[in-house]
Amino acid sequence: MTFYRSFTSKRVLPGFGISLGSSLFFISLVILLPITGLIVQTAELSWPQYWAIISDPRVVATYKVTVSAALVASVFNLFFGLLMAWILTRYRFPGRILLDGLMDLPFALPTAVAGLTLAAVFSTQGWFGQYLALWDIKVSYTWLGIVLAMIFTSVPFVVRSVQPVLEEFGPEYEEASATLGASPWQTFLRIILPEIKPALLTGTALSFTRSLGEFGAVIFIAGNLPWQTEVTSLMIFVRLQEFDYAGASAIASVVLLASLILLFIINGIQQRYQHITGGVK
Amino acid sequence: MSISIEQVNKRFGDFVAVDNVNLNINTGELTALLGPSGSGKTTLLRIIAGLEQADSGRIQFNNEDITGQHVSERGVGFVFQHYALFKHMTVFENVAYGLTVKPKKFRPSKAEIAKKVNKLLQLVQLDWTADRYPAQLSGGQRQRIALARALAVEPKVLLLDEPFGALDAKVRAELRRWLRRLHDEIHVTSVFVTHDQEEALEVADRIVVMNKGAIEQDGTPEQVYDHPANPFVYEFLGNVNLFHARVKQGQTTIGNVQLASPEHTNGDEQDGFAYVRPHEIEVFKAPVSDGLKVKLDLVTIVGPVARLEVLTDTEQQLIHIELPKEQFKQLALAQGDIAWIQPRYSKVFLGEGI
Repeated sequence: MTFYRSFTSKRVLPGFGISLGSSLFFISLVILLPITGLIVQTAELSWPQYWAIISDPRVVATYKVTVSAALVASVFNLFFGLLMAWILTRYRFPGRILLDGLMDLPFALPTAVAGLTLAAVFSTQGWFGQYLALWDIKVSYTWLGIVLAMIFTSVPFVVRSVQPVLEEFGPEYEEASATLGASPWQTFLRIILPEIKPALLTGTALSFTRSLGEFGAVIFIAGNLPWQTEVTSLMIFVRLQEFDYAGASAIASVVLLASLILLFIINGIQQRYQHITGGVK
Repeated sequence: MSISIEQVNKRFGDFVAVDNVNLNINTGELTALLGPSGSGKTTLLRIIAGLEQADSGRIQFNNEDITGQHVSERGVGFVFQHYALFKHMTVFENVAYGLTVKPKKFRPSKAEIAKKVNKLLQLVQLDWTADRYPAQLSGGQRQRIALARALAVEPKVLLLDEPFGALDAKVRAELRRWLRRLHDEIHVTSVFVTHDQEEALEVADRIVVMNKGAIEQDGTPEQVYDHPANPFVYEFLGNVNLFHARVKQGQTTIGNVQLASPEHTNGDEQDGFAYVRPHEIEVFKAPVSDGLKVKLDLVTIVGPVARLEVLTDTEQQLIHIELPKEQFKQLALAQGDIAWIQPRYSKVFLGEGI
């Protein structure tokens, strides 16, 4: 309703037309055009050809590796991200601001650098890797390495989704729960968790989505053994190297579709919860 | 359930929030902790609740030492200024919360809980909101639900932290009369914190005036208002005018006005200061022998009350006066006129004033 009104009534801030116009232009340029390109490329294929490419056993193996690793990584980040957000909002300790800043490092750091560093540190001669090797645990160049790289690159999603919600969630709710006789565990499960659940789910889903498409960090630590430690985004790259643009596009379209579905689910989660608690101070 | 507070101290860094407070609260009383912000009243309330730990001192409920007991075991009902209702729960679930978190052994059955919650919702006259979410209620309604939630666990004492502070004036006035009647019905020992003297005077059985972490005076609303123990209490409870005065043998002289002050019988003349409330001053149009000559500087009529600001002839001191509008109309005075005033009653303290 407000959308229609804005065309007819005088606004306090002028420039609605120009700002909407330029936004739409850039969205088209940066998002819609490439997607269209992808669809056009894919359209060169017939359905059977398309199906053959995306259901190629080696490609299917990459789906399994990617999805399972992303799933484990995002579940880990659910807990670890929640813990970090909790520590950053609820405690005051020296170095807190530094830690808070470090949380954004995975975003700021080139993912290739992250991948290289992780691979070095966790290789069987590396700082951590040599001790893990004693337990016969190999991280670098295995599925575990992929998980590790995904965890590293996507943990800020959870921390940064949950942190503002926790910050705004005043201590009086916990105090109210305590005065009513609840144990700390009951307070967490029944008061705090429901409050941060939408943000936590959103953050975890974003972390998962990001992990599905992660390329830079993963390929350095994954070892990229066909059938074993290849991720889907690497397959796209491999097809491109072979100048098989249609094949690359076909696989990319699968990743894109998966991401889009996840994004809609995330939006759905957010709207459902806003509907209940919206407008409460 | 009586509450006894013995030599309680609390500091936050260098700031002394509660300074060696001793206080006994009797069973069934509705007590107001009244004071300006930073006077330590909320901290004291939170120490009673167990939400804050005293640095030293003891808290007893019915002669049982509960100083070390965790807040969840003390059995207190606490009502927060900003309600602190759980947003993701319906009104029913909010009120039932305290019952549902009880250990399985003590937890009432679902039917019992429902019965109790409905009874409480009726008590706060909001039974029709059971299925709503807090976001759908007004501020006054939310605070009543918060009260019902606190009462659900049958608290030994009910503690309210500025319960009406976030509400607008009309709802606040309604709710405090309602709280007074509710307390007459359920008689649970209650302590509420407020900075609003009118609220304390209207609602409480007993008022404890606090300042800078210490108790200034403790008594019934009438005692505190009519016989303030010291200048701070006098100034805090309502508007006052301050006059310099000379005190001798039970007589106080303000300018050329003589007032009896039988509590000061010392024979030597002493410096003092007299407090006179705005409604304790009489205004005359014609000169009176022992009145102060003043000029009418500003007149504002607020509903049924005329508020005057007058300047004394000699010292140009500003004095506030309140009188009924009708009475002011009969005087037929206008802004800028000369008039004479006479304090009817004053409270005199010796010394140089504050």
